[in-house]
Amino acid sequence: MQAVKQTANEVWVFAEQLEGTLSNVTLELIGAARALAADLCGTVATVLIGNQVDELIPTLFEHGTDTVYYVNAPIFQWYRAETYSRAFCELIQKYEPEILLMGATTTGRDLAGAVATALKTGLTADCTGLELDAGQKLLLASRPALGGNIMATIVCEKHRPQMATVRPKVMPMPERISGRTGTVIYEQVELREQSLKTKVLEIVREHSADTKMEDANIIVSVGRGVQNEHTLVLAQTLAEVLGGVVGGSRGAVEKGLVDDQHQVGQTGQTVRPKLYIAVGISGAIQHTVGMNRAQTIIAINTDETCPMMKLATYGIVGDAALVLPALIHEWTAALKPSIA
Amino acid sequence: MHLLVCIKQVPNTNEIKIDPKTNTLDRSGATSILNPYDAHAVEEAVRWKRALGGTVSVLTMGPPQAKEVIQKSVELGADRGYLLTDKAFAGSDTLATSYILSTAVQKIASSIPVDLVFCGKQAIDGDTAQVGPGIASRLNIPQLTYVERIIEIKPEQQTIKVQRHIDGGHEIVESKLPCLVTVEKEINELTYAPLPDMIRAVRYHPVVWSVSDLDADINAMGLKGSPTAVKKIFTPKQRAGGEIWKGKADELAKKLVPLLIGDVLSCRQ
Ligand SMILES: Cc1cc2nc3c(=O)[nH]c(=O)nc-3n(C[C@H](O)[C@H](O)[C@H](O)COP(=O)(O)OP(=O)(O)OC[C@H]3O[C@@H](n4cnc5c(N)ncnc54)[C@H](O)[C@@H]3O)c2cc1C
Ligand SMILES: Nc1ncnc2c1ncn2[C@@H]1O[C@H](COP(=O)(O)O)[C@@H](O)[C@H]1O
Repeated sequence: MQAVKQTANEVWVFAEQLEGTLSNVTLELIGAARALAADLCGTVATVLIGNQVDELIPTLFEHGTDTVYYVNAPIFQWYRAETYSRAFCELIQKYEPEILLMGATTTGRDLAGAVATALKTGLTADCTGLELDAGQKLLLASRPALGGNIMATIVCEKHRPQMATVRPKVMPMPERISGRTGTVIYEQVELREQSLKTKVLEIVREHSADTKMEDANIIVSVGRGVQNEHTLVLAQTLAEVLGGVVGGSRGAVEKGLVDDQHQVGQTGQTVRPKLYIAVGISGAIQHTVGMNRAQTIIAINTDETCPMMKLATYGIVGDAALVLPALIHEWTAALKPSIA
Repeated sequence: MHLLVCIKQVPNTNEIKIDPKTNTLDRSGATSILNPYDAHAVEEAVRWKRALGGTVSVLTMGPPQAKEVIQKSVELGADRGYLLTDKAFAGSDTLATSYILSTAVQKIASSIPVDLVFCGKQAIDGDTAQVGPGIASRLNIPQLTYVERIIEIKPEQQTIKVQRHIDGGHEIVESKLPCLVTVEKEINELTYAPLPDMIRAVRYHPVVWSVSDLDADINAMGLKGSPTAVKKIFTPKQRAGGEIWKGKADELAKKLVPLLIGDVLSCRQ
């Protein structure tokens, strides 16, 4: 185990990419890393591992990274815990970053667990808040615990790097400064395919919900209060009129109104739309942790005392079956393309 | 085949409430259950045992009453159970937990070699999903996380092929055995226990090990062996609410639309 010593004060971010497409959470984390690096009087570095993904480098700089450590080889074509954690551990031992952030995605969590164990350092999973105790160079990583009922702030005092995985959509997307550049450091890692134990045979993208809902600006989300097929169709129609997508609570998923790829919340997706319309959703904490960063929240609910009403920018008390048609009518009229 | 499943007893987080007056957790109504993902892991191991022959062992670290989740697993078809219980284990974070569990896996494997280790995708009390990769890393075996389907296991070739969930889709991965798999709920449907298994479960007593039964470094466990520590617990900050509107639906809709039209139009560009 490594004791704390003088390091370069670098905050590292794992650049998660799939076949050359960078995940948005990488850029969000670069933004978060900038804030931490400012408090540390340090710099932000991104670790990019892959096969011929050079074209991603400018994007990383333009969103705020100072250095890119680039490991480029055919063996890294697809993510494998086996190869990526080896590469990561070697880089960490060489450059000794202070903090290492990864997205709390399936890939990020898979990698983080392997790396933290190999380096015997602390890892805080699924964080929703990051702060720095600058005096002690201590990362204060906050995360929901016990089903979202409480928040816990976790620290790792004696081991480096301090590692955290962070939920997508929790940190704001940093502004892109076009033309901003930095340093690329090319790294090589000795690995031979013959000595590896795992092989990726195929990648299948399901182009449906996942990506679309995560990035949607407008979400109409349904809950158990959507009592029948008719009301569901109304909610879908409203989403269509607004150009949004349909999401749901776990109650709705259990009821079969939406599939589980569309579930918003602690065990579903975190979303950050401009407009979130919660139809017949009570607002259990496990649901609200996934959507309370929406810019505007509209609640439609018969129960004016439910938690969602307390959260909403505008809470409309009423039966969804009556409120939705009125909204569809008004929006359709308001959005009718005018003949120019 | 020897299939070993790591299982955890967790509080049913559905039943935990916050006392609004004191802002403290009220766990009084919460019962302890077998972590739901781990139940699916046991079920999957049992199905493969039935297909290929062999043994299913389950392993848990926890207080003495964690015996209950071993009995539950026997009900689901597990053959034997190991309970790790000792004060020295208390306060372990995920690094220390995976260390302790991996030493127990090694001890179990020294009498019957283990081909496949199963974990749940995550435990619903901690939601960290770190213990599985931690155990794999300690045992130096491949990890296949978020597995939605085991496509095939070939005992002669010592290989496994699985479908893993990844963000935006899935991938098919092949690995050599032994390896560690963490499972999603979609992997199977739990089946009802047949009566003989239920009776066996009630009477089942697991093997119980304390720290002295393991070949383990006491400094790498408990609070001492845990690099992370909880600094503060707090209740999440509530977002400030807005206005509550009551009245006739069409009037409310007329009032709402002008307030949001700018935002909605900007989203459509
Ligand atoms: C570990 C854990 C993880 C979880 N993860 C998630 C998660 O990721 N996402 C999630 O959503 N939940 C999650 N849950 C479940 C969560 O606790 C709630 O049970 C769930 O969100 C409730 O869904 P709901 O609001 O649709 O249903 P309910 O709580 O049943 O609410 C229905 C609402 O509809 C209203 N209503 C009824 N009729 C009408 C009508 N005609 N018109 C308008 N309104 C009406 C009612 O007043 C009520 O407020 C999790 C729970 C646990 C324990
Ligand atoms: N105390 C424990 N005893 C046995 N298995 C555990 C324990 N803690 C975690 N696990 C296993 O690791 C998985 C992930 O747990 P976690 O990393 O806590 O989310 C669980 O689903 C279990 O399979």
